[in-house]
Amino acid sequence: MSIKLNALFSDSYVDVSQYRDQHFKLLESSKDVLPPSILQGNRYEQEKLLKQANTLYVGNLSFYTTEEQVYELFSKSGDVKRIIIGLDKVKKTACGFCFVEYYTRTDAENAMRFVNGTRLDDRIIRTDWDAGFKEGRQYGRGKSGGQVRDEYRQDYDPARGGYGKVVSRP
Amino acid sequence: MSRRRHSDGDDGGQSHKRRRTSEPIEIEDRLESLICRVGEKSTSSLESNLEGLAGVLEADLPNYKNKILRILCAVARLLPEKLTVYTTLVGLLNARNYNFGGEFVEAMIRQLKETLKANLYTEALYLVRFLCDLVNCHVIAAPSMVAMFENFVSVTQEEDVPQVRSDWFVYVVLSSLPWVGKELYEKKDVEMDRLLNQIDGYLKRRLKTHVPMLQVWTAEKPHPQEEYLDCLWAQIQKLKKDRWQERHILRPYIAFDSVLCEALQHNLPPFTPPAHMPDCQYPMPRVIFRMFDYTDAPEGPVMPGSHSVERFVIEDNLHNIIKSHWKERKTCAAQLLSYPGKNKIPLNYHIVEVIFGELFQLPCPPHIDVMYTTLLIELCKLQPGSLPQVLAQATEMMYMRLDTMNTTCIDRLLNWFSHHLSNFQFRWSWDDWTDCLALDADKPKPKFVKEVLEKCMRLSYHQRIVDIVPPTFSALIPADPIFFYKYQDEANSALPGYAVAITVGNAIKNRASNEEILTVLKDVPNPNQEDDDDEGEGFNPLKIEVFLQTLLHLAAKSFSHSFSALAKFHEILKVLTDCDEGKLHILRVVYEVWRNHPQMISVLVDKLIRTQIVDCAAVANWWVLNPLCVFYVWEILHSTIRKMNKHVQKIQKELEEAKDKLERQQHKKQKDSGDEEDMEKNSEDEDGQLEEQIERLQEKVESAQSEQKNLFLVIFQRFIMMLTEHLVRCETGSVDFSTPWYKNCIERLQQIFLMHHVTIQQYMGTLENLLFTAELDHHILAVYQQFCALQL
Repeated sequence: MSIKLNALFSDSYVDVSQYRDQHFKLLESSKDVLPPSILQGNRYEQEKLLKQANTLYVGNLSFYTTEEQVYELFSKSGDVKRIIIGLDKVKKTACGFCFVEYYTRTDAENAMRFVNGTRLDDRIIRTDWDAGFKEGRQYGRGKSGGQVRDEYRQDYDPARGGYGKVVSRP
Repeated sequence: MSRRRHSDGDDGGQSHKRRRTSEPIEIEDRLESLICRVGEKSTSSLESNLEGLAGVLEADLPNYKNKILRILCAVARLLPEKLTVYTTLVGLLNARNYNFGGEFVEAMIRQLKETLKANLYTEALYLVRFLCDLVNCHVIAAPSMVAMFENFVSVTQEEDVPQVRSDWFVYVVLSSLPWVGKELYEKKDVEMDRLLNQIDGYLKRRLKTHVPMLQVWTAEKPHPQEEYLDCLWAQIQKLKKDRWQERHILRPYIAFDSVLCEALQHNLPPFTPPAHMPDCQYPMPRVIFRMFDYTDAPEGPVMPGSHSVERFVIEDNLHNIIKSHWKERKTCAAQLLSYPGKNKIPLNYHIVEVIFGELFQLPCPPHIDVMYTTLLIELCKLQPGSLPQVLAQATEMMYMRLDTMNTTCIDRLLNWFSHHLSNFQFRWSWDDWTDCLALDADKPKPKFVKEVLEKCMRLSYHQRIVDIVPPTFSALIPADPIFFYKYQDEANSALPGYAVAITVGNAIKNRASNEEILTVLKDVPNPNQEDDDDEGEGFNPLKIEVFLQTLLHLAAKSFSHSFSALAKFHEILKVLTDCDEGKLHILRVVYEVWRNHPQMISVLVDKLIRTQIVDCAAVANWWVLNPLCVFYVWEILHSTIRKMNKHVQKIQKELEEAKDKLERQQHKKQKDSGDEEDMEKNSEDEDGQLEEQIERLQEKVESAQSEQKNLFLVIFQRFIMMLTEHLVRCETGSVDFSTPWYKNCIERLQQIFLMHHVTIQQYMGTLENLLFTAELDHHILAVYQQFCALQL
């Protein structure tokens, strides 16, 4: 009676995506991994954390979307433990992403299934698994202080500071 | 979205292992895939696909018989929406290989026994239905099926069993008849008539106390919310009158009749329903949700009537599709919209009705609420020219009937509607609803619109809401969520504690330590104390007010700021709220300052409980004093109850784990006995430690359960008081008691029972002895009795 018919009942919205945070570092406790395999170990550790994570990265937010709005939307899949709004490293203002941490994995999975790809502040938002918030990760990594994607994009997006930095720089 | 398989590269060190044993596994996977996918969209006809697959499987039987048996049993159990496709397949296999057919039937019976033992009644139902359809495929002999039915129906003669038990066995028989009624009647009409008479007698004598609690609308018009067995009985009666002519179900086996009728049939072994055990959990009764009839779909195919068997089959299949695919909204929407036979029915209406039926199901929807919102959005994307209109029509209908809609269902409706609107730029024909403006604010329609706008604001911002509604709706627009600071400016300087508030504010801004702040607070006079009372450590409401108002004012910018503030000054807050009155007062202050921002109140109360500054009892008591009929108060209350439940469950789990550990250790000791004395002594110590731990955990569980029980007692007691007062007042004043307030209140009481029924079941004895006694007004007692009827 134990067949689950994997061919049929997929749960692909919960799968880990292709994206990997390139700044991910092993925990102090795993520092005794030998140098040659350190990259591989890093990758496995990261994937393991992603598969157990209760935290989601949320992207494509408007710069004006508030923590309250994120709470309201993401509470629909379960109790939210905390939200960390992503900030421009220089201006310290919201720069269009955030982290949502749940108390349980199940609640986070339901957010991946039912909140990912829907609208917040009229924008389709995207959620992805995150290995866990660490101090410093709340800042954009673009040269100008915001997110990398806002450095290079060519379109005009009034909710994300207008043109991309590469366009607006003289 | 296809399921991606990991390529060998991703496996790293695993790939060489896989290659060694990959061939049989690959073939088994392929078999599984072939079987699961038969019946899906294809360039060839279903019949030729089935024929082809039967050939492939027959050839693979010598090597993969067990695997094939298990896959077929699994699809029988898990894919009821494709029932007839698989019964046809089994029929073809049985025609080619009689022994295989026999083994399959045996495997099915084994599976049936296992599912019943495991309380998997829905799966057991599908298994029986599969066996029934195998009669149509000449795999099972009709008389043996009738015999099984007779054994099922004889359960209605059992004494001292829960009604839900005999309900289930009757349901299994009745719900299989659309598939196999014709065949069984042709072979054994006398026995079948006797069976149906027995069922009729049972249905007439069974109790239906539970029905009012499960109905979405209390009104009988335009569509009565029928009890599920009553509705099914009416449908079967009509089917019988139509001489079992059923035209909706897709029956691929008809095309193979010439082959199948040559096959030899098997007899089902005699099957006795397993006896009732105390831990059996039968499915709860239901009410059939109806919101549409043939008048609602003006053009196109006609909607089958509420008592037609087609309606039953369509709804059953749509429910099953959702059950199979709810985790994948795109697949789910696509599967719903490609329902076979969709051209003959107004499919969009059926889909919308089934989805809302699940969303409004009492006690709880089968799946998480937000799934339905997202599913409807996917459906709108796939059918942009037709589905949004049906949805708008449905919303309009539900708005018109708010007066008689169950309060819990209204909550779910407004949550759905506001979330849905936020995905479509809040576009709605608000002008169509100006009728609500003329009504009192506490009536269902204006209340609904107000709360929808409140929820819409939470997903956007205040100005947006002002912009989206016509100016006439301004009375219903939510308040601007501002903070009310008592000590705002010099105009308030006369207020007691004002000076200290300024000092405290400055101290916090200058990063004073907790001790320094507590010292400042010592200067706050205590309005509760006598002048000569020197202790100064008792409950001082003014101190709490001054500190908390100021702190929350400084942290008002966002949730994160407020949470940080609570965390930073946790120590001070603990000191100030050492007693029950302190805890209650904190909640009062939070409400005072944030009364325009219900969302903030909710999250702050949640944080205060989680950081143990207040406890669940305090929240219940606060609610008791302010049983406002405002939506968010109930959210807070239910959230509090849920936190309490999770807390108890967590400790219970720890206790179970400790007990398991002890058992494993002792078991191991038994096996290792005969070792040196040292080992024994060590393990004795370990045992002792564990036993101590178990004792401590046991106490913790008991104390937590006691807290939980008290929480419910406080809440129920308050409800009883409020309702009794109202009823007595109305009676003495000779006024009709059935006001909107009353309806709301009594349904909120029901909601407590329904939303937390699993937990409350444990405390039924206490509730009955202390609160829900015979002296209670019968209107209130009825709620309790209806609740009890859900599992009787």
